[in-house]
Amino acid sequence: MEQLPDIIRSVPYLLEGAVFTVAIAAVALAVGFCVGLPLALMRVYGNKLASSVAVIYSTVMRGLPSLVVLFILFYGLAAVISLPAFIAGCVALGMCSAAYQMELLRGAIQSVGTGQMMAARALGMPRLKAIAFIVLPQALRLAIPSWSNEAAVVLKDSSLVYAVGLAELLRRSQQVAARTYQPFIVYILCAAIYFGLTFVTNRGLDSVERGLRLPTLLEEGH
Amino acid sequence: MSQAIVRVEDLHKTYGAAEVLKGVSLEVDEAEVMVIIGPSGTGKSTLLRCINLLTRPDRGRVWVDGEEITAPHADVDRIRERVGMVFQDFNLFNHLTALGNVMVGLTKVKRMPRQEARELALFELQRVGLRDKADLYPSQLSGGQKQRVAIARALGMDPRVMLFDEPTSALDPELIGEVLEVMKKLAREGMTMIVVTHEMGFAREVSNRMVFMEHGVIVEEGPPAQLFYNPQYPRTGAFLGKITELYGRREREEE
Amino acid sequence: MDGLLEFWNMIWPGLGKGIVITLQVSAVALVLGVLAGLPAAIARVYAPRWLRWLAIAYIEAFRGTPLLVQLFIIYYGLPDLARLLEGLGLPSQWLVLENIVAAYIALGLNSGAYQAEYFRGAIQAIGAGQMMAARAMGMTRLQAIVTIVLPQALRLALPAWSNEVAYMVKYSSVIFIIAVPDLMARGQFIISRYYIPMEILLLVGAIYLVMVLGIATLMGQLERRLRIPGLELEVERA
Repeated sequence: MEQLPDIIRSVPYLLEGAVFTVAIAAVALAVGFCVGLPLALMRVYGNKLASSVAVIYSTVMRGLPSLVVLFILFYGLAAVISLPAFIAGCVALGMCSAAYQMELLRGAIQSVGTGQMMAARALGMPRLKAIAFIVLPQALRLAIPSWSNEAAVVLKDSSLVYAVGLAELLRRSQQVAARTYQPFIVYILCAAIYFGLTFVTNRGLDSVERGLRLPTLLEEGH
Repeated sequence: MSQAIVRVEDLHKTYGAAEVLKGVSLEVDEAEVMVIIGPSGTGKSTLLRCINLLTRPDRGRVWVDGEEITAPHADVDRIRERVGMVFQDFNLFNHLTALGNVMVGLTKVKRMPRQEARELALFELQRVGLRDKADLYPSQLSGGQKQRVAIARALGMDPRVMLFDEPTSALDPELIGEVLEVMKKLAREGMTMIVVTHEMGFAREVSNRMVFMEHGVIVEEGPPAQLFYNPQYPRTGAFLGKITELYGRREREEE
Repeated sequence: MDGLLEFWNMIWPGLGKGIVITLQVSAVALVLGVLAGLPAAIARVYAPRWLRWLAIAYIEAFRGTPLLVQLFIIYYGLPDLARLLEGLGLPSQWLVLENIVAAYIALGLNSGAYQAEYFRGAIQAIGAGQMMAARAMGMTRLQAIVTIVLPQALRLALPAWSNEVAYMVKYSSVIFIIAVPDLMARGQFIISRYYIPMEILLLVGAIYLVMVLGIATLMGQLERRLRIPGLELEVERA
């Protein structure tokens, strides 16, 4: 308890780490989306080959622990190319997230319903345009709750980069705990910060979902 | 080639173990209103979807406005621009307003400038009596209104022929009338129409030719008067007898 | 080829032991998860206010924070707390845990929070109607829960639970950070001896993949055996 002022002084240092955490998570999510969306489209609309590639990616990347993927990129590739921890972390987490995002986007696309695609094709719209202007705007809206879950998962998984030494929130917490000999309080504080981050993320995405929601019979209208 | 807008030759289609179309051929001329009737599951919808190739037949050929849509290198998307389709479940684009639904084909497929598309869309909505609902979303419209917007959406593309796949089957009874009114108006204006329906009043009143399909083949074809009052085949008479029993009663109440 | 075989013979025992530890920890943690999660779910739905809030606090705390942090709190933080208790003259040794025990508890409580949500979803999907019918027959709340709701809810939750088993095996890899000799740790050890990170990591990855796919297949068969037509639900891991 005597170390309390010391701990309080370390809070800014920890919050700086939190910024790294958010940065890693954000980049990883973006990578996951940019890889996951095309994969989802391949899975739903592609031919046998494209579809199989997507399925294989999903099976493998959801079957491997994120830690193993991270280590492969950081330690495994070290002989050929030396990736900085930040990049390795973002790419590894991103590739793992891509598999989960692919599955949730696939679910959303499939729940839009074949009727929408049929109507668009009946108008003479080529497939790609129909996907871009008719299916995706609806699918992405439907996907927000699941995506919000995935965002929280990635945020929490970012703590794994501790294992490759990146000075994000967890690593810094460990340093502060070592310095002040108060691991219990420091790690609880660390947990609280993570909790705050996931809480804000979920609430934020809830607002986005509400904002994008299409009006129903109960709202404006006659 | 004659003025047949749609020509279908020997269509065959099998789904899994069931052969749904067993060699169907027909021709529809300009400004003709053809009504296709028959028991459910006999391939009527499949036939319609083969005309704009939303379903690819296993065998057979289809021509639309002189072009063969079933040809190996046909520009299917372009041919589809000239065929309007109205679905049983409406299939309005849920993320777009009524106006948006009518405009999207014009801007994205016909590449019309937005202002022009907007004016044309409003005109079509006016045509189906829904101009005042232009800014509402599909979820805010009744079933009959949704279907009328769907008709406007198809009309906006300036089609040579309109295909109607059981347009009123998913509607509550009191909403059917408004959709049939729009369809009758279109027929009067000279639109070529192929309609799959159970609405016998409409068939009797508006169609030039009727087709009775059962078990994947055309059993009888001819003017409505023939099928209703002088059917050449016993099955036609039996089917129509049952249907008019059901629907005829409702019409008499309306009068 | 001989060299390869010899090499394999050298590393296999170590890896094999690692696999056993991984599966062992996963199994224990899953059971702990059920023991924690099921009561939490029941409390969440049926308990009086204060107990409900306790359950919610547990669930939100463990789902809102990373597994690794929870592991650190239990392994590094609890002994710290023990010092405090010692200073106050209270029994404290029970808080100082061996690393594998800390792993059981952290993974178990973490899994329990997620499992609680799956069970809750299933219980709520069974619906109030079933409970009403049971009470109307004169059953007590507890009887109704045990004989009517749970048998259906557990079947409903099975697909989500199968996911959880696969997740557990994957996430158990973090325990190597606190030096539990699981598959990951053994892999790291071999790498440090022979300096071939890529090959060993790929091998370790392949073993995890085989385990996960194997489990998924087994669970799929289990689901099929226990399925009642008409009783289905979709839940996602958060």
